[in-house]
Amino acid sequence: MNHENESMNQGRRDFLGAAAGVSAAAVAPGVFLHTPVANAAARTDPVTDLHRWGLLVDTSKCADGCTACVDACDSENGLNLQSKPHGQDELKWENQRAVWIRKVKLQDNLTGHVTNLPLMCQHCEHPPCVDVCPTGASFKRADGIVMVDRHTCIGCRYCMMACPYKARSFIHEQVDHKLTRAPRGKGCVESCNLCAHRLDSGDISTACAEACSAEGHQALIFGDLKDPMGPLRQALAKTPSRQIRQDLGLNTGVRYAGI
Amino acid sequence: MATIMTKGVLLALLAAVLGVGSAAYAEGVGDFVLPSSKAASLENCVEPTEYMRRNHFELIRHQRDETVYGGIRGDSHGLSGCVSCHVGYDDTGAPIEIDAEGQFCRSCHAYASVEMNCFDCHATVPRGEAWNHEVAAAHAHLTGSAPIGPTAAER
Ligand code: HEC
Ligand code: HEC
Ligand code: HEC
Repeated sequence: MNHENESMNQGRRDFLGAAAGVSAAAVAPGVFLHTPVANAAARTDPVTDLHRWGLLVDTSKCADGCTACVDACDSENGLNLQSKPHGQDELKWENQRAVWIRKVKLQDNLTGHVTNLPLMCQHCEHPPCVDVCPTGASFKRADGIVMVDRHTCIGCRYCMMACPYKARSFIHEQVDHKLTRAPRGKGCVESCNLCAHRLDSGDISTACAEACSAEGHQALIFGDLKDPMGPLRQALAKTPSRQIRQDLGLNTGVRYAGI
Repeated sequence: MATIMTKGVLLALLAAVLGVGSAAYAEGVGDFVLPSSKAASLENCVEPTEYMRRNHFELIRHQRDETVYGGIRGDSHGLSGCVSCHVGYDDTGAPIEIDAEGQFCRSCHAYASVEMNCFDCHATVPRGEAWNHEVAAAHAHLTGSAPIGPTAAER
C-alpha cells in the first residue's frame, strides 16, 4: 500500500531484509528451504513491507506438457471444485472458469524454439488493477501481494481489463463447493495471492513451487525479494532474468529466466 | 414463529440434558448451540456468550479486515473458527451446513430476521482449512520452495 519506489537492491532494505530473515531457514544449496515446521505459527502482527514476496520462473526447466503447478494451485485454492453450469458449452466454460495460473507456450517462428512458462498474477509494485479499481477492493498488501478484497469487490472487472497479463478471473456462477481457506462466490474477481494463507501461517512456500519441486523440475523459486540471503535473491543474482512487459515499468514481483 | 419456539424449547431441553447452559427456557443464552457441535461440550464462546450474542458481527467484521489486509489468521474471531466450533453433525458424523435450516447460523437469524450473504462464498462446513500445524506436518517431507540447482546459465 505504500507507493514509494521499492527498488530490489536498496541498501537500507537489504539490512532490514537480512535482519527480518533470521527466522527463515539458512539457505545453502541442497538445504531444505522450508521454514522448520516446529516454528510454523500463525502471525499475530499485521504484515509489513519488510518482505516482498515473489517468484522466479526458470523457463528452461519448465517442462512441456507438465501441469504440476497448475494442478497444485487448483487444489490448494479450491479451483478444482468449480463445476460447469448445467448445459453450458464446454469451450465457453474452459474460457470462463477461474484459473490462477495459465500454462503458456511460446514458439519462436524463426527458430522453432518452444518455451513453456506459467503465467500468474505478477504482483506488480505499481499494479494497474489497483489504479483502476473504483472501490479499493483491488489492493496491494504491505508485503507486496496484490489481491482482491472480495467483501468490497463489485464485480465491475475494470481490473481484468487493466491487467497486461490476463491474470484475473471473474466468478460467473454461484459456487457450490468451496474450501474454508478459499472462499469464493459469484460476482467477484480473483487471482493468485501467492498462497497468502500459507505465508500467514508461517509457512514460506506456495503450492505451485512446492509441486514443481516435487516433480523434480525446480522451475519455480518462491521467496522474499528483500532478503538478499534468501533463495529467491540468491537465484536472481545468479541468473539473468526479466520481467514480462518490462517496458511498462510495473516492477513485477514475478521474474522470468530464459525468455 | 410457532415452529421456531418449539425448536427453541427442544434445543433448550437437549442442552439441559447435556448439561450445557443452565437455561431450561427457550431463547436463553446458549439455546441455539447445537447438541452435536463441538461448542456443546464447551462452557463458553470465544468471548462471554452474552457479549457474543449482541456483538458477534462486529467482531467478525473487524477480524475480516485484520485477515484480509493484515494477514492475521487463526484468530478466534474469524468466521472459519465459528464454523468449526458451531457446526452440527448428523447421525453418521457428517457435518451439516451451518447455514441450513435449523442450524446454528440460520436458526437465530431466522428468528431475528437477519439476512446475510457470507455463506455465498464462505464454506459452511469445515473443509480444507487454512495452513495449520496438522497440514504443515503432512507436508513436512516436501522441500517447499525449489532448492537452488544449477541455473540455465550454468549448465
Ligand atoms: C471454540 C468453540 C467456539 C468458537 C470458535 C465460537 N464459539 Fe460461539 N459459542 C461457543 C459455546 C460453547 C457457546 C455456548 C456458551 C453458553 O452456553 O453460554 C457459544 C455461544 C455462541 C452464541 C450464543 C448462542 C445462543 O444460543 O445464545 C453465539 C451468537 C455465538 N456463539 C457466535 C459465535 C460466532 C459468531 C463465532 C465466530 C466468531 C463463534 N461463536 C465462535 C463456542 C464457540
Ligand atoms: C464474494 C465472496 C465473499 C463474501 C460474500 C463474503 N466473504 Fe468473507 N472472505 C472472502 C474471501 C475471498 C476471503 C479471504 C480469504 C483469505 O484470504 O484467506 C474472506 C475472508 C473473510 C474473513 C477472514 C477469514 C476467516 O475465515 O476468518 C472473515 C472473518 C470474513 N471473510 C467474514 C465475512 C463475513 C462476515 C461475510 C458476510 C457479511 C463475508 N465474509 C462475506 C470472500 C467473501
Ligand atoms: C443468538 C442469535 C444468533 C446466532 C446464533 C447467530 N447470530 Fe448472527 N446475528 C444475530 C442478530 C440479532 C443479528 C443482527 C444484529 C443487528 O443488525 O443489529 C446478527 C447479525 C449477523 C451478521 C451481520 C449481518 C449483516 O450483514 O448486517 C453477521 C455477519 C452474523 N450475524 C454472523 C453470524 C454467524 C457467522 C453465526 C454462526 C456462527 C451467527 N451470526 C449466529 C443473532 C445471531
